[in-house]
Amino acid sequence: MKGKKYEGLLYITPWLIGLVVFTAFPFFASLFFSFTDYNLMSSPNFVGIDNYKTMFQTELFWKSFGITMSYVFITVPMKLAFALFIAYILNFKLKAVNFFRTAYYMPSILGGSVAVAVLWRFLFADTGLVNMILALFGVDSISWLGNPDYAIFTISLLRVWQFGSPMVIFLAALKNVPESLYEAARIDGASKVKTFIRVTLPMITPVLFFNFIMQLVQAFQEFNGPYIITGGGPLNSTYLFPLYIYDNAFRYFRMGYSSALSWFLFVVIMVFTLLAFKSEKHWVHYTEVE
Amino acid sequence: MNEQDRKKLIAENDLRLRKRLARRNGINSGLRYFVLTFVGLLMLYPLIWLLGASFKSNAEIFTSIGFLPSSFDFSGYVNGWKTSTEYTFTTYFINTFKIVIPKVIVTVISVTLTAYGFARFKIPGKKFLFSILIATLLLPNLVLRIPQYIMFNSFNWLDSYKPLIVPSAFAVDAFFVFMVIQFMRGIPKDLEEAATIDGCNSIQVLTKILMPILKPALISVALFQFMWTMNDFLGPLIYISSVRKYPVSIALKMSMDASALVHWNQVIALSVIALVPSLVVFFLAQRHFVDGITSSGIKG
Repeated sequence: MKGKKYEGLLYITPWLIGLVVFTAFPFFASLFFSFTDYNLMSSPNFVGIDNYKTMFQTELFWKSFGITMSYVFITVPMKLAFALFIAYILNFKLKAVNFFRTAYYMPSILGGSVAVAVLWRFLFADTGLVNMILALFGVDSISWLGNPDYAIFTISLLRVWQFGSPMVIFLAALKNVPESLYEAARIDGASKVKTFIRVTLPMITPVLFFNFIMQLVQAFQEFNGPYIITGGGPLNSTYLFPLYIYDNAFRYFRMGYSSALSWFLFVVIMVFTLLAFKSEKHWVHYTEVE
Repeated sequence: MNEQDRKKLIAENDLRLRKRLARRNGINSGLRYFVLTFVGLLMLYPLIWLLGASFKSNAEIFTSIGFLPSSFDFSGYVNGWKTSTEYTFTTYFINTFKIVIPKVIVTVISVTLTAYGFARFKIPGKKFLFSILIATLLLPNLVLRIPQYIMFNSFNWLDSYKPLIVPSAFAVDAFFVFMVIQFMRGIPKDLEEAATIDGCNSIQVLTKILMPILKPALISVALFQFMWTMNDFLGPLIYISSVRKYPVSIALKMSMDASALVHWNQVIALSVIALVPSLVVFFLAQRHFVDGITSSGIKG
């Protein structure tokens, strides 16, 4: 029985090793590299905060950062709104809920694949399916991927299309809202909209919060979509920050500079996450249900 | 009397309200089905169109909205499979499975062991370790990519599948660990205690008692890891440099770059093929996906 205390430790040893070798060490190493001029060829020299200085003076850095911010703040709210809207409808006791849930969930499963990014290129090509459909309604063809003003929106749509996983989570939360609360609202004569805002929404804020954080962290790291569909163009209009990091790290092998870039992005993500956690107490209600 | 009147009035009012609500519900549920079907079609039509387009001729792809091709043309599949490289898609598929299969296996094993340790044992500093586990759940992977690359470079692991598989043997996917821990916490300990009294050691308790109960959670882990690894693009893009070792995701991007201007139907046919394994797995096990994502403790 004396070995019992260390038995548990034994079971988590693989994880502990992984944590140190593949997470903690790289985490601090990248902070270290961000203060060097490491380029894989010669050993790293300490350059102080030069990388950060260069970064803030580079036009492309600001451009890429700006695009990333607009991408995140287009994608995340749209995706969550869709997810919640469809989950809300699915939560009425409809027949064929499982069928619809599966159908809506499918894009999230396939969405990360290169094949779907390829599909997006065809859908939104100048003579692609979307423009063909619009033409039926007499709308002039839109250059979805060629126009710098629209391209980021088109990329965004790819991720909004995959609202399945937050939707499934919303649906589970909606099912947990006690029927008695709706009953009470109904007796008070509250309208559907009012019931939704006053009863449903407050009850699911913890899940809304969770989904928001997860989607936020994910959106800041978006790479596949722009890399495959537009390659960052036209005119760098979809050159999201991860692409900027990728180019510097794995095309130019500027490991020091790209480490500084990734630390910058890391800090930005952390700031937004912390802001969300700070704001939590103002709008997230944790209610014990029964 | 006054009181009675008021009650009657309230009751009548209530009845009227209910009737109106019922009528409105009828219209509403029709509207709901309409919205669900319309949005659903809008979402799934691109995938359906992709399937149809893979049998169309190049000229037809950009001129017809319909799903059905005017005549079935298999040349996209035949020529696409051959690729413009010296390897066929057979090679790329085999490569993908050389990554996916070992990765899924080591993930399930390492995740189970770690979750077991966390959920069932007293460990010094457990609270702290658990909060680190949660923190890694939120840690953007991006910040680790570069030093990991430098590290794997110094291990001489570049251009092999090791960087893609080995970390998973050490339960680096915190999401899965968390999911299985949550699942284990929901299982009563009685059976395990009885087994311990009967002389089972902790490994036997895990394999004989817990694993059968854990099966649904472990299937979810395996399925998610399968999908994510099939879809992974950035990993192989960074680590694999010889064409001979490319997985499907990279090969598909390559064939898109090579032939996007001419052989659209090949690229589309290959996209369809690339989606097949994921689709098959999804339809065979879709219940597990939904269960997995909802049972990860993410409940209101």
